[in-house]
Amino acid sequence: MTEWIDACATDDIDAEDLIRFDHGGATYAIYHAPDGDFFATAGKCTHEDVHLSNGLVMDYVIECPKHNGQFDYRTGEAKRAPVCVNLKTYPVKVEGGRVFIQVA
Amino acid sequence: MSKRDYSLLGPDGARAVATGLAAAEWYHTDVPRKEMKALMQRSDAPAIRDTLLLFGLMAGFAGIGIYLWPSWYSAPFWLAYGVLYGSASDSRWHEAGHGTAFKTPWMNNALYEVASFMIMRNSATWRWSHARHHTDTYIVGRDPEIAIMRPPAFAKLIAAFFGLPDVAAFFPRMLYNAFIGVHPSEKTFVPESEWPKVVRVARISTAIYAATFALALWMGSILPLMVIGLPRLYGAWHHVMTGLLQHGGLADNVIDHRLNSRTVYMNPVSRFIYWNMNYHVEHHMFPMVPYHALPRLHAAIKHDLPAPNTSIAQAFAEMWPALKRQLASEEYFLKRDLPATAKPYREDFHLAALGAAPAAAE
Ligand code: FES
Repeated sequence: MTEWIDACATDDIDAEDLIRFDHGGATYAIYHAPDGDFFATAGKCTHEDVHLSNGLVMDYVIECPKHNGQFDYRTGEAKRAPVCVNLKTYPVKVEGGRVFIQVA
Repeated sequence: MSKRDYSLLGPDGARAVATGLAAAEWYHTDVPRKEMKALMQRSDAPAIRDTLLLFGLMAGFAGIGIYLWPSWYSAPFWLAYGVLYGSASDSRWHEAGHGTAFKTPWMNNALYEVASFMIMRNSATWRWSHARHHTDTYIVGRDPEIAIMRPPAFAKLIAAFFGLPDVAAFFPRMLYNAFIGVHPSEKTFVPESEWPKVVRVARISTAIYAATFALALWMGSILPLMVIGLPRLYGAWHHVMTGLLQHGGLADNVIDHRLNSRTVYMNPVSRFIYWNMNYHVEHHMFPMVPYHALPRLHAAIKHDLPAPNTSIAQAFAEMWPALKRQLASEEYFLKRDLPATAKPYREDFHLAALGAAPAAAE
């Protein structure tokens, strides 16, 4: 069953940045894009077991802090070696200044 | 501990995986997120300046070398050209490979391809090998880039100053890749989608070296090889000198870069050639920080690091005797004191990796 989870307040994340969000034994990354939109992906890189939350957001790309692999966090697409496997993405909605993500 | 086995398929690597030493969570100095974000910011300007300077100097030195050839007066110009070709290419390959040299991706890729050619590394293959060095830095049996194994092989280290082991390994592999295909050992770490690129890059390199050889034969002179190829031998010494200092004589099988990496203050010329990789603890702790921001990162975290070596000579004076001691005892390594402001070393896996105690629970 899918459910919407209240993850954080919109102003918890600076523009062009991300935070880590843990829920139900899983870890997620929530992004605040430069145009103001919010996105969510799996919290760890698909290359190795590394949290993306210490990485760098540049426009719509998240760069992993370990080996500089890059993903488009809107689609999860792997953009730069050494990442080859796409990142899982999750639907996001913003209501009343809160960011919700829909997890399975 | 029994003799170290550096093979990536040997028992030391297997033990590192079993104990959790491999792919472990490494120590990081705390840096506020805002400050770290500022340090990680990318920029094109410093690398455009440095790249124009590098290739401008190379063209100038090679031009004067050719003009004065075959007089011995050309020698200093070839030596200067050689260091830029055979050593600065290593740091450019490294930084562009991380994608941190420029902000613009195509600029990183262009510099990466040219630098890979000069340093004689297949650009498609080598993109994949450096990642492991960052995951498992100086973990025996896991890190494929351990420059000084224990006990140290001094003859090989000295030969490396002239580029000999690297060049001797490069040409047979280039021809294998160009005419036969991807080597079975490369297939273990290069994704299949990249195999055609490995072959294409090897064929382009083969064509360039063949044309250079043909020109040298036609001219009856080694002059073309002085420009392409040979500088990887006569100019290698600087990148080997700085490269050995990165981890030489320090701990292995630890998960704290302060124990296994060395930061050395260097003169500005060496820092240009080495592109600030003298801040090596800082680079390993935070590989997302571009070369031009490493001095700022150093200032931000030096309270938590052992005191840097004060010069290349002073660092060698510290490292060389330690290497000699490792001839007699593989277990010996230098452990530098931390300042009073630093957090203690993380040594939880160290004894376990040496086979002396169970791994500490994470
Ligand atoms: S762990 Fe993310 S790129 Fe390697």
